[in-house]
Amino acid sequence: MLIAPLLIFVLITFIFPISDMLFRSVENDIVSDTLPRTVVALESWSAESQEAPDEDVFAAFYTDLYLAQEYKTHTRLGSRLNYQQTGISSMFRKTGRRVKRFDTDVYTDQFEELDAKWADPSYWASLMNNERVQKQLPETASSYTAWRELMVEEGDNPDAETPEDFVYTSLYRDLMHLSENGASVRNADVRTAMNAVSGFESVSLKEQFIDAEDDWADPKYWATIKLYSGNYTPGYFLNAVDMEQTINGAEVKPENERLYGTLFARTIYMSLFIMGCTILLGYPVAFLLANISRRSANMLLILVLLPFWTSLLVRTSAWKVLLQQQGVINDILVWSGLIDEAGRLIMINNQMGTIIAMTHILLPFMILPLYSVMQTIPPSYVRAAKSLGANDWTAFRRVYFPQSIPGIGAGSILVFIMSIGYYITPEIVGGTQGVFISNRIAYHISSSLNWGLASALGAILLAVVLILYWLYDRFVGIDNMKLG
Amino acid sequence: MIHLPNYASPLQKFWFYAFRVICGLVFFFLIAPIVVVIPLSFNAEDFFTFTKEMLAFDPAGYSLRHYEDFFTNPDWTGALYNSIRIAPVATLLSVGFGTLAAIGLSQSHVPFKRAIMAILISPMIVPLVISAAGMYFFYSRIGLQGTYWGVVMAHAVLGIPFVIITVTATLVGFDRSLTRAAANLGANPVTTFFRIQMPLILPGIISGGLFAFITSFDEVVVVLFVGSAGQKTLPWQMFTGLREQISPTILAVASIMVLLSIMLLALVEILRRRSERIRGVS
Repeated sequence: MLIAPLLIFVLITFIFPISDMLFRSVENDIVSDTLPRTVVALESWSAESQEAPDEDVFAAFYTDLYLAQEYKTHTRLGSRLNYQQTGISSMFRKTGRRVKRFDTDVYTDQFEELDAKWADPSYWASLMNNERVQKQLPETASSYTAWRELMVEEGDNPDAETPEDFVYTSLYRDLMHLSENGASVRNADVRTAMNAVSGFESVSLKEQFIDAEDDWADPKYWATIKLYSGNYTPGYFLNAVDMEQTINGAEVKPENERLYGTLFARTIYMSLFIMGCTILLGYPVAFLLANISRRSANMLLILVLLPFWTSLLVRTSAWKVLLQQQGVINDILVWSGLIDEAGRLIMINNQMGTIIAMTHILLPFMILPLYSVMQTIPPSYVRAAKSLGANDWTAFRRVYFPQSIPGIGAGSILVFIMSIGYYITPEIVGGTQGVFISNRIAYHISSSLNWGLASALGAILLAVVLILYWLYDRFVGIDNMKLG
Repeated sequence: MIHLPNYASPLQKFWFYAFRVICGLVFFFLIAPIVVVIPLSFNAEDFFTFTKEMLAFDPAGYSLRHYEDFFTNPDWTGALYNSIRIAPVATLLSVGFGTLAAIGLSQSHVPFKRAIMAILISPMIVPLVISAAGMYFFYSRIGLQGTYWGVVMAHAVLGIPFVIITVTATLVGFDRSLTRAAANLGANPVTTFFRIQMPLILPGIISGGLFAFITSFDEVVVVLFVGSAGQKTLPWQMFTGLREQISPTILAVASIMVLLSIMLLALVEILRRRSERIRGVS
């Protein structure tokens, strides 16, 4: 009962957001939302044919793109697909500008010439209200409905405006289809039009598209659209592990395009290195604290706790100031004559900067668990070992050290978990060589806006952290975590 | 290890002192970077190192101009104001929810106790960038992104694990017969809580609250994503300053924050000792 309010609060403010992010890493409805007709039409096309799709696909694409550029969603789709196939973004932008000026106005003119009714908005409205007509002219019905929605969205009255060219194009295609099949049509106006269309001057949409942008003739771009037309995609995850989806299934990217494998590897080995440094520096201090009087230990503990309580940004800025080429450390080294003015060390904006600053920041997280474990080791064991003839080193190695291993384990997992997710410190002192996977995630969220990839990278990182968390809980227990 | 025995060999003597020197160096490594910013912040020049005048203790080498900039520059005062507006409210939320839940969790028969505990502690474990990304996406959907309450709630949830851990620690070894005695004497559960349980666990609540406060006050990753320019906090301003053109005002801010952390540390230590004393744990 008492837990319920907090549990709900944590679920809403924390667990749902994390799930939302995980969902985004596979979600992919942008293609089917923006190009619904094209996606359906592409189903009958196969990328193995090595040829561009036929006129039906281009006609569906024409309607979709016309609507998309009205809603200004085509550039967003273009940049989304560009993550998978470079160049596609500019194709969408370029064709989006051209699509309104396609030669399809010949259809509009010819229909209006045939019968002035076709220019009458209210005639259209009543015709499209007829269920039988809707069934016989499916493309037209879909285009007309989409056009009406667009008008309403733009604040225009669809009952007072003549439909756009793409609706007439759909009408032409539907009627041609009917007349080729020799279907019987009950509606007199539609029948007249059906009999007339075979004499109409026609326009190839495929040619129109290729005229606007040569690349639409290249099947590889269509393969990309088809590949990403599903509502869910493994594409982001593949990308996050340096693979890509191709028509032949998942493949490893060429060597020069691999990026994340190196970044993950660097995050892990630098975290391990930092962990090693904290063990090396933390162990003697914890040992000293555990083996002196409680009074002195409490005094010295303050020196460990002060950095722990000091703002992360304060410590990071201190290191930035100290490690600079014109900073305090270099000044001291020059003054003491160890290096000369020209030989000032570069200790920042590289891996060294990240390692030094993060070792400092995470050291208390190693010392505190080590200290609490070492406090429980009875000194009598070491004395017993010595009285049995062991020298100092053997007594330490065979008796004391094995008992302190749980502390090393607890501290190591803690330091490692914190280290692989670090963002702020590497961002400020890491330059380009000393950054972690977190920095790349942040970059994809705020700069490149590739949220799917950011989510996939985040999901992988989260999985690693949760496994370590589970290990920590198993071996140390989360309720045993102590603060200060 | 505490004392060097009289019969120690030269090697043992050497190691005894060498070990102390090593520990001293590690302590120096821990403390020096924090302490060094304080004198640097009084630099009269826009340098990040000690000038000749400073080393000669010439008063002309020192000035308060960076502090003056901090208290007059609207960028910094605005950031300070936002931090002061966000952190206490987030702390109150974490302490309120967290204390209730810790008391609930300490009762003997809680189903799925381990799973619930794992969920409640998770904000501390999940890397901040991931929390920030998730919150950014989800809060945008529900219209909390870029709002004051969005940031407050995000910070509150980050502070909750600390409250749970500290309050749970004070509840360990809490004598249940005290509450039973109170009930026996006719006190209702609310009275029992406020007059018996609360005073005993108060030190834990306060130190949990201090942790929650410092978490929010020091937090930068989540606020970068969840907040907008209107919620620019002190750490955010420092982060921008460090990443773009680094201004010496940062050193003045850092020195003030070091003093603040010394105060908080002292407070937590006093509370911890007091709590151990009244609960009779030593």
